[in-house]
Amino acid sequence: MEATQTAPQAAQSAVALRADNLVKRFGAVTALDGVSLTLGGGEILGILGDNGAGKSTLVKILTGFHQQSGGTLHVHGEETLLRSVDHARALGIECVYQDLALANSLSIYHNMFLNREIVRRGPFRLLDHKQMRERAAQCLDDIGVHVPSVDLPVERLSGGQRQAIAVARAVHSNARILLLDEPLAAMGAREAALIIDLIMRLKEKGGLSIIMIMHNYAQTLDIADRIMLMQRGRVTYEQRSANTSVAELMDIVRREYRAMRATTVH
Amino acid sequence: MTDTVNESHELQTPARPERPRSALISNWAAELRILLVAVLLAAYFEFANHDFLLTHASLVNLSQFIAPVAIIAFGEIMLMIGGDIDLSAGMVFAFAPFMMVFASDAGAPMWLALVAGLAAAAVIGFVNGAVTVWLRLPSFVTTLGTLFLINGVTLTLSRGTPAATPGSPGFAAIMGASGYSEIIWTVVIAFVMHTLLRHTRWGLHTQAAGANPVGASEAGIHVNRLRFGNFILAAVLAGFTGILESFRITSIDPQAGGNQIMFLAVAAAVIGGTPLTGGSGTIIGGLLGAAVLGILNDGFTLIGINAFTFNIILGAAILAAMIFNIHIGRIRRKGSR
Repeated sequence: MEATQTAPQAAQSAVALRADNLVKRFGAVTALDGVSLTLGGGEILGILGDNGAGKSTLVKILTGFHQQSGGTLHVHGEETLLRSVDHARALGIECVYQDLALANSLSIYHNMFLNREIVRRGPFRLLDHKQMRERAAQCLDDIGVHVPSVDLPVERLSGGQRQAIAVARAVHSNARILLLDEPLAAMGAREAALIIDLIMRLKEKGGLSIIMIMHNYAQTLDIADRIMLMQRGRVTYEQRSANTSVAELMDIVRREYRAMRATTVH
Repeated sequence: MTDTVNESHELQTPARPERPRSALISNWAAELRILLVAVLLAAYFEFANHDFLLTHASLVNLSQFIAPVAIIAFGEIMLMIGGDIDLSAGMVFAFAPFMMVFASDAGAPMWLALVAGLAAAAVIGFVNGAVTVWLRLPSFVTTLGTLFLINGVTLTLSRGTPAATPGSPGFAAIMGASGYSEIIWTVVIAFVMHTLLRHTRWGLHTQAAGANPVGASEAGIHVNRLRFGNFILAAVLAGFTGILESFRITSIDPQAGGNQIMFLAVAAAVIGGTPLTGGSGTIIGGLLGAAVLGILNDGFTLIGINAFTFNIILGAAILAAMIFNIHIGRIRRKGSR
C-alpha cells in the first residue's frame, strides 16, 4: 500500500488524459453517450460495467482505433483528435487488448517489437534480430517478468505469461498512458495476483498512468485509486476506491438495472 | 488448487529450461526434416536406377521440374502465411507470356515486353486482392472465379493457338532456355523471398497478420495492405514462371500451366511445412517440398511406375505431411507445458 501514498505526491500535479462528453455512434447505435473522464498523472483508474456498456468503444477511441463522433480529448493537457493507433502511440498511449494482440506463432521478442521493429541501416532495412532479442530480454528483466528464452513462440507460454508479455510490450516504449482491457479475465487467483503485482511495480516505477477495464469489483477496488461505473454508454458513478465498497457498487448497478427494465417493459 | 499453484509458479520461474539444442537446428527443424526426406528418396531412386541423379541429363530434367513448382510455391507460401491462397496462379502462368508477346509484337524491346508481361500478371494479382480485401470474399472463392476468367481471356486473346517465343537466343537462354537457367532463377528468388519473409518487416507482419489478424491491426499493422501486396507478388511470380517455361519449351501455349502446376505448388508448400492455417511457413521448405515432388516424379518415371501411381503417392505424401505438421506441432506445444 506504500504505492498509493507515494504516487499522488509525485504525479497528481498533471492530468494525463481528459475526455469531455465523448459520443460515438455506429450507424443507429449510440455506443458512447457523453462520457467524460479525467486520468491524473500516476493514477490507476478502474472502469467497471457490463457487456455493452461502452467500455471497449471508449478504449478504442482512447487508442486511436476509432474516432469519436462528438466530444473532445486532451492528452497531457493538449486537445487532440487521435487519428490512428500510430498517432496515439506517438503520444505515449499504449493498450493491452483483451485478446492481447499477440501473434502466437511468432517469438516473444518479435511480439514485443511488433510493428516497432528495429531495422538495420541500409537500403533493405533488414530486421535487427540481435538487438531486438537483447532489448526484449532486458525489458522483461527490468519489470520482473521471467521467461526461459525470448526466442520461444508465444503459443508455448501460459495465460499469465502471455499477459505479462503483452503488458511488457506496452510499457517498454516509454508509454505514459497505459490502457488495460480486462487484464485479469479468465485467470486463476494466483496468476491474477502476479499480474496485479506487475501493475503495482509499474506504478511504483512512476511516470505511468493506467486505465483498467474490469469486470471484478473486488479486484478493481483493490488495485485502482479511483473507479468509474459505466452503463449503457454513460458514466453513472465515480468515486475514489477508498470511499466505496463492493456492496455499494452492486447496489447502484442493481438499481440502474431495475430502472432500465421498468422503462423497457412499459 | 494444485493446478493454479503450478500455473503461477510457471510465470515467475523458468517453466523448464530449453533443451540444449543448437539454435541452428531448432530454427531449421522443419526444413531439415523435409531435406532428410528428399535425400532419402534421392538415395533410394539412385540405388534402384543408377541413371537417376548423377547424370547431366537427369539433373537438368529434375531441376526443370522443380523450378516452376517452387517459384509458384513461394508466392503461395506468402499468401498461405497471411491466411489466403491463389487458385488462379496456374492461369496467370499462361496469361503473362501472351501479354509479353503482344507487347513484343507491338514493337517493344524484349526487356520492356518482359516487364509488360509481369505488369499484366500484377494487374491480375491486384484484382484478386481488390475482390478479396475490399469486397470481402474468401480468397479461395475470388481466385476460383479469376481462375476460369483468366483462362477464358487467355484462350480468347490467343484464339487458342500457341505462339513462338520472341527475342534473341541470348535473351531466351537467360530466361529459361538454357539447361540450368530456371533452377538458378529459382535459387535466387528463393533467397530473396526467404529474406523478405524472415528479415523484413513485411514478412514478419505477414506472419503476425496470418496468426492474429485482429491483434495485428490493433498493433497498427495494415493487414489489408499486406494481403494486397502478397496477392500481387504471387501473381507476378506465377507470371514470371510462365515466361520462363515458355522460353524453355520455345513455345507459348495457352493451355500451359493450369491447375496441375498450381496444385503442385500448393502441395510443395504444404509438404515443405507451410500449413494452410496461416501464421507460419517457410520459403526454403517450399523449395525442398518442390524437390521432393520432383524426385518422386522423376524417380517413379525412371523405375517405370506409371502416372496413376504417382498421383497415389503424391496424395499420400500431402496427407502425411499435413498430419505430421499439425500433430508434431501439437505434441511440441504440450511437451513444453
